Amino acid sequence: MNWLVQTGLNPWSEEILTHAQWNLVYAAIGFGVVFMIAHTLYVAFWPKPAGGDTAPVDPNAAARVPAKVKRHSFAARAFHWIMAASMLTLLVTSFAPILGWKFDWVQIHWMAGIALTISIIYHIIHASFWLDFWSIWLNREDLNEAITRFKRAIGGNAPAPRKAAKYPWDNKMYHTAIVLSALAVVPTGLFMMVRVRNPIFERNPYLFSDGTWGVMYVLHGLSGIGLVALTIAHIYFAIRPEKIWITKAMVFGDVSREDFLKHHDPQRWVVEGSAPQKP
Amino acid sequence: MPAFELFQPTSIEDTLSLLERHRRSVWVLAGGLDTFDWLKDRNKRPSVVIDLSGVTALRGIKATPDGGLEIGATTTLTEIANHAVVKEKFGLLAQSAALVASPQIRNQGTLGGNVSQDTRCWYYRSGWTCYRAGGNICYADTPTSINREHALFDANRCVAVNPSDTAPALVALDAQMVIRNSSGERVVPAEEFFIGPSIDITRMTVMEPGDLLTSIRIPATWAGAKFYFEKVRDRQVWDFPLVNVASALKVSGGNIQQARIVVNAVAAHPMRLHAVEAAVTGQAQSEATATMAGDLAVQGNQPLAHNGYKVPLMRNLVKRALRAEATS
Repeated sequence: MNWLVQTGLNPWSEEILTHAQWNLVYAAIGFGVVFMIAHTLYVAFWPKPAGGDTAPVDPNAAARVPAKVKRHSFAARAFHWIMAASMLTLLVTSFAPILGWKFDWVQIHWMAGIALTISIIYHIIHASFWLDFWSIWLNREDLNEAITRFKRAIGGNAPAPRKAAKYPWDNKMYHTAIVLSALAVVPTGLFMMVRVRNPIFERNPYLFSDGTWGVMYVLHGLSGIGLVALTIAHIYFAIRPEKIWITKAMVFGDVSREDFLKHHDPQRWVVEGSAPQKP
Repeated sequence: MPAFELFQPTSIEDTLSLLERHRRSVWVLAGGLDTFDWLKDRNKRPSVVIDLSGVTALRGIKATPDGGLEIGATTTLTEIANHAVVKEKFGLLAQSAALVASPQIRNQGTLGGNVSQDTRCWYYRSGWTCYRAGGNICYADTPTSINREHALFDANRCVAVNPSDTAPALVALDAQMVIRNSSGERVVPAEEFFIGPSIDITRMTVMEPGDLLTSIRIPATWAGAKFYFEKVRDRQVWDFPLVNVASALKVSGGNIQQARIVVNAVAAHPMRLHAVEAAVTGQAQSEATATMAGDLAVQGNQPLAHNGYKVPLMRNLVKRALRAEATS
């Protein structure tokens, strides 16, 4: 396991976990870069399935889609960009010193961590009461769609999947990965704050045993390293030409009717004002 | 001691080449006084040791054209303490070197070694995996720690202090540290040579693997100034400082024209007291100024469970450094 974690010796001569193995940062960066190259080659050269990527949408439903569709409210966009800024700050302050850029990083790191925590709490409340909470979570239909797409990508015979609901399945997958990472990194980070001097928590290095602290540091480190790869992938998709409409929507909030119909099924994502009139 | 491969180069070029070749697991041996503690305790296990004693180019004190001095990194502390020009022009350095440890240690210990030595925190030196040793805890900063020698300032997870006596003198004299590696030479001001845990928790200086401190240049800037060095230690025979202070003043007509005041053993790096320097500049060198300086010096301190005594100690050392009768 030495490739995964670092261990040390405490004053009672017990071997304890101390950190994730920091060389994994290079592996995460390498993985991110290889993924970008592989995906770029896949998009450029892999043969597209016959008959198009997705099934056509219902023309009546399509006709009811307005010229501009609100994809993200201001509150949702504000959360996204605050979270992005704090996440990037956290990654730079944690891994740049390991990669050789030495600076006073601890205070910036925990402050960004607090910002991230507050933004996540805000997001949970906002998504629970003001948004369609379940729209971002993977369901059976998404799994079926993923399987179908995979079959078609390797030349298999499968019907074209429907266009996406509000969030495509790969978007949901990414969200799930981020949620899992956040579940590991945020609580451990908050507990780790009692190990450093700060005005919020009283220092108490003995809050947990050496072994428990070790597990916490390893979890925090490994999820942080995972977030390096996830962030590289996220930024890569955000700037890809065929995905730039999503990035624009995250900036301005709206999607044009054309982009909407190109990527979404109006029967799976029924936008406000486009629902069929009841007789 | 665990076995290691020993190299005894005779030139700086050979040393740099060896450092480059064995980058990650090499230990540089100068006087050996810090080194053998680490090796005999088996807390450092380098596979290669480079002994600098045969590199004559690293030894000696020579005058520079600007009226300053260039001191080779392996020049012994005794040579520095007894050197006529050092005593005449830069008495601060001579005084500080003369107060390092004991005569035997000064005969063997080098200036480069004294400024590059590791902290004396015994939790760290006991081989436990604390922050400084790559772990995730400071055993010296817990509710039950014995930490009377530890930091008052700039603690950042680790509370260890820099134990050097010559370091504050060099910072006060605006010394320049000459560092070479296989890709060239760089000159770092002494004040920037020492780093705290906020920048790198595992090192006390900017020296990277592959680097060699070759010499220390002291410019003429402070030659002949009024100097003061005082070291307080537990054992007067020989010991590391609990707190030491080095000051250089340029005084004219009873007024302080320029000042350098540096305190060590209160942080992980020698602490130059910029605020105090600014406050005393232009003031009469008097008891009132000295008192004000002492009070200002300790502002922002964060004592641990057992090192609160360092606050009045530091305050009084700074005060004494600025008293008119103390400087000479």
